[in-house]
Amino acid sequence: MVCHMANYHSEPLDRAFAALSDPTRRAMLARLERAPGLSVSALARPLAIKLPTVLKHLDVLSQAGLVRREKQGRTVTVSLTPEPLRAATEWLTRYERFWSHSLDRLTEVAETREADAAQAEAEAEDKA
Amino acid sequence: MTSVTLVRQIRARPGIVFDLLSTAEGLTHWWGPDAFPVSSAEADVRVGGRYRVRFRTADGLEHECAGEFLEIEPPSRIALTWQWASGGVPEERGRASRVEFHVRPCDAGTELTLVHANLSDAASEASHRGGWAGALDKLQAELERAA
Repeated sequence: MVCHMANYHSEPLDRAFAALSDPTRRAMLARLERAPGLSVSALARPLAIKLPTVLKHLDVLSQAGLVRREKQGRTVTVSLTPEPLRAATEWLTRYERFWSHSLDRLTEVAETREADAAQAEAEAEDKA
Repeated sequence: MTSVTLVRQIRARPGIVFDLLSTAEGLTHWWGPDAFPVSSAEADVRVGGRYRVRFRTADGLEHECAGEFLEIEPPSRIALTWQWASGGVPEERGRASRVEFHVRPCDAGTELTLVHANLSDAASEASHRGGWAGALDKLQAELERAA
């Protein structure tokens, strides 16, 4: 099945998922969650990577809309903007919920049918 | 590439599970995200055949999933395409994804594995590289606690 339709709405979501695929960027997000408004140098300090790499990661996070940078005098501070993250997880959990409930019901029906089949077999054996 | 994978052990023989996955009558018993019954299901169960399932959710909305059977190997495997024909998730409209069911005998009876893939290329790629889903959930929980 070929689908030519451009999907405008999913683009930010794609960027958020791509940004989250890197462990260093996830670590940065987790740290910013605990300490909002950290300066870029404070954020870089515990990481085993050089400042230019940290800045590159921040660019990716910021383009995905996951963080916001603010200049305060001579320092740049970074904070989380949780909206895209929320959209990304909502989207994923929606399908997980769909299938989880569906499979719960499927399991219930299958087990009822198995019990019925087993009982019918036992009765047939008794008659034989 | 995988986005959502769920595994269930079912105390029933594989043939019973496969029937529920591969007949219109079977689909009416379980398809949908909450306790509401399926309103209608059609399935032309052969490779290239179409299926269509209409169901209602707790918010009162009607949804319809439709697609095509890609692979049918009784009693162990079914693959189909998935698209929202109406209702559903607006940002997913017009996009086809792929659903696979693997049915395997096990000690309990049947092990059923569901794989819903290609929901979004970036999402499946990310989950393929591994490990982010758990971290993402944790982060999400932390954000909600903070809010």
